[in-house]
Amino acid sequence: MAPLIQTVGLRKDYRVGDVIVPALRGVDLEVAGGGFVSVVGASGSGKSTLMNILGLLDQPTGGRYLLSGEDVSALDRDRRATLRNRTIGFVFQSFNLLARTSALENVELPLLYDGTHATAADRHRRARALLEAVGLGSRVDHTPAQLSGGQQQRVAIARALVTGPRLLLADEPTGNLDSRTSIEIMEILQRLNRDDGLTVVLITHEHDIAEYGERNVVFRDGRVVDDQPVSRRRDASAELQALPAPEEAA
Amino acid sequence: MIAEALSILRIAFRALARNKVRSALTALGVIIGVASVIAMIALGSGARAAIDEQIQSTGTNVVFVSAGSHNRPGAAHGGMGSVQTLTLEDATAIREQVPTVAYLTPVVRGRAQVIAGSQNWNTSIEGADESYLTIRNWPLADGENLSPRDVLLADKVCLLGDTVARTLFPGEDPVGQVLRVKNLPFRVIGVLSPKGQGQWGQDQDDVVVAPYTTIQRKLLGITFIHQIMISATRSDAVERTAVDVTHLLRQRHRTSGPEDDDFSVRTVEEMAETRSQLAQTMSGLLMSVASVSLLVGGIGIMNIMLVSVTERTREIGLRMAVGARTRDILSQFLTEAVSLSVLGGVAGIVLGVAVSAALTRVLGWPTMITAGAILVAFVFAAAVGIFFGYYPARKAADLDPIDALRYE
Ligand SMILES: Nc1ncnc2c1ncn2[C@@H]1O[C@H](COP(=O)(O)OP(=O)(O)OP(=O)(O)O)[C@@H](O)[C@H]1O
Ligand SMILES: [Mg+2]
Repeated sequence: MAPLIQTVGLRKDYRVGDVIVPALRGVDLEVAGGGFVSVVGASGSGKSTLMNILGLLDQPTGGRYLLSGEDVSALDRDRRATLRNRTIGFVFQSFNLLARTSALENVELPLLYDGTHATAADRHRRARALLEAVGLGSRVDHTPAQLSGGQQQRVAIARALVTGPRLLLADEPTGNLDSRTSIEIMEILQRLNRDDGLTVVLITHEHDIAEYGERNVVFRDGRVVDDQPVSRRRDASAELQALPAPEEAA
Repeated sequence: MIAEALSILRIAFRALARNKVRSALTALGVIIGVASVIAMIALGSGARAAIDEQIQSTGTNVVFVSAGSHNRPGAAHGGMGSVQTLTLEDATAIREQVPTVAYLTPVVRGRAQVIAGSQNWNTSIEGADESYLTIRNWPLADGENLSPRDVLLADKVCLLGDTVARTLFPGEDPVGQVLRVKNLPFRVIGVLSPKGQGQWGQDQDDVVVAPYTTIQRKLLGITFIHQIMISATRSDAVERTAVDVTHLLRQRHRTSGPEDDDFSVRTVEEMAETRSQLAQTMSGLLMSVASVSLLVGGIGIMNIMLVSVTERTREIGLRMAVGARTRDILSQFLTEAVSLSVLGGVAGIVLGVAVSAALTRVLGWPTMITAGAILVAFVFAAAVGIFFGYYPARKAADLDPIDALRYE
């Protein structure tokens, strides 16, 4: 079976004035369905550029990108939007929730664009189920301003999953969170990967966070310089149980 | 499909509600513009209705020949002055020589005190012949019309307008009764049906109609006449009749043109013209207010939508990231702009109806609100939203998802 993600000599050049900045210089990467890959590398090494292309937010300047065996390097805007909606979920460092909008409605957002014309009741039901899965069943009506950073990121995860995608792309999802909250987020990602077979590509520059993945890809100057299984994979669930209980439950 | 449209609308309304004051101020231009459109159309339709009614109540296909000229004010209108240029021979000549004349009556006028029993009333007296009612399209409510014989013999008989009948003979049947005009007894032979207000708001029912011969000889002591009232055979013969009558009278009076004419010929349509010109001037004024306001309002909407697109760049990027296509973003912002202008339109319609009512109440100008006017105003408002909202919406829809997501 074809890998879920396959890139062949992927290149991305940015043009700034007359200068061409190569951000990706030939990336060959494969991620099997159900995998959990961490991508690490110094700042400016091209991690986010890669994620944007894998997430069909951006198009490569050269090379090929096959998603589920289909070449998607040159799809038009709307085809890419539809594919993003159906097969890819995003989690960003800065959460990117709609302000003054309830958690429930934030999670429902992708359902407005999935072309199924689901009823409002149906959308509510699906969004609520996902908020419950990330432990926010009691916060559905809270707006982002009424939620902690960790809770906001969990809303973002629920939003990423509401259309039932196969692939979750997370760019520094714990970048704005403290260590305990980071472990909680990792627990959710590991659980989704393990229980639901969700493929996760986690971008981070923290090596200890990268160890929650099963495979570690190292980036430098727009190239993959190392690609190895994680030798002692961390288990967020076990770590959480070992930690003293938080003062305030989510 | 409907559910989808509703959710798009909901998003738009929510976005507008977030900046209520800003939205209201933005809609102001559209409000004023649409209100002007409504008032403009209301004034136009009101004037047209009033003119139709005036033509209807004056009589159809009517041509008036009055003594005195257009150029000598005071003499022309109503022929109440002492201008003695119009004669019965003129009337006879017109009747015999202008083929498109269907009916014709000489008219003499005066005001007089009329007395019946203990009731006393000052009213206007119209002296005419038996064609008067036909020309003026004025049915009898009771009794009978003047007869040619009454006119020939200068009988002291009369017809009462509704107001006079009710004032002089309250609760009684006036037909057969006698009233006194300047001490002369007149027998009432008929009562006219109510006609209502005339062109200048006067009570047309405040009148006594009697044979012109009687009024000439016994009341006024004159031999000339004030006016000749003609109805043409067909509506398309009215102009022809007016032209022929003018030529004939110029021959008879030896005048050469409008400068030295000692009579004036006017059709009821011409008389209505004055009024329609007034309405047209006002409508034109409102039209310019409307177009300027709608333009300014539209630019205001465009400006605010551009601000809104910039403010919400990250939101747009996020929507795109989770699957919004070009047309989803386009329709979202277009819906917002159109909602804004249509809400302004609805407020403008309400304001316009109020303004029209005020024009009628305060200035006495007839106005008429029609479903068509409201529809036109609504369409205008929506069109402004679409036209001026398109560019900002297009800008939003064409954003690059990554740039939008990264936008600070
Ligand atoms: N829009 C852009 N225009 C021009 N150059 C860009 C643009 N985006 C990224 N770059 C350049 O491409 C290179 C890779 O950037 P990228 O954001 O992928 O790095 P990163 O690995 O995600 O870094 P960080 O860990 O700081 O997020 C950098 O040199 C950056 O300056
Ligand atoms: Mg980055």
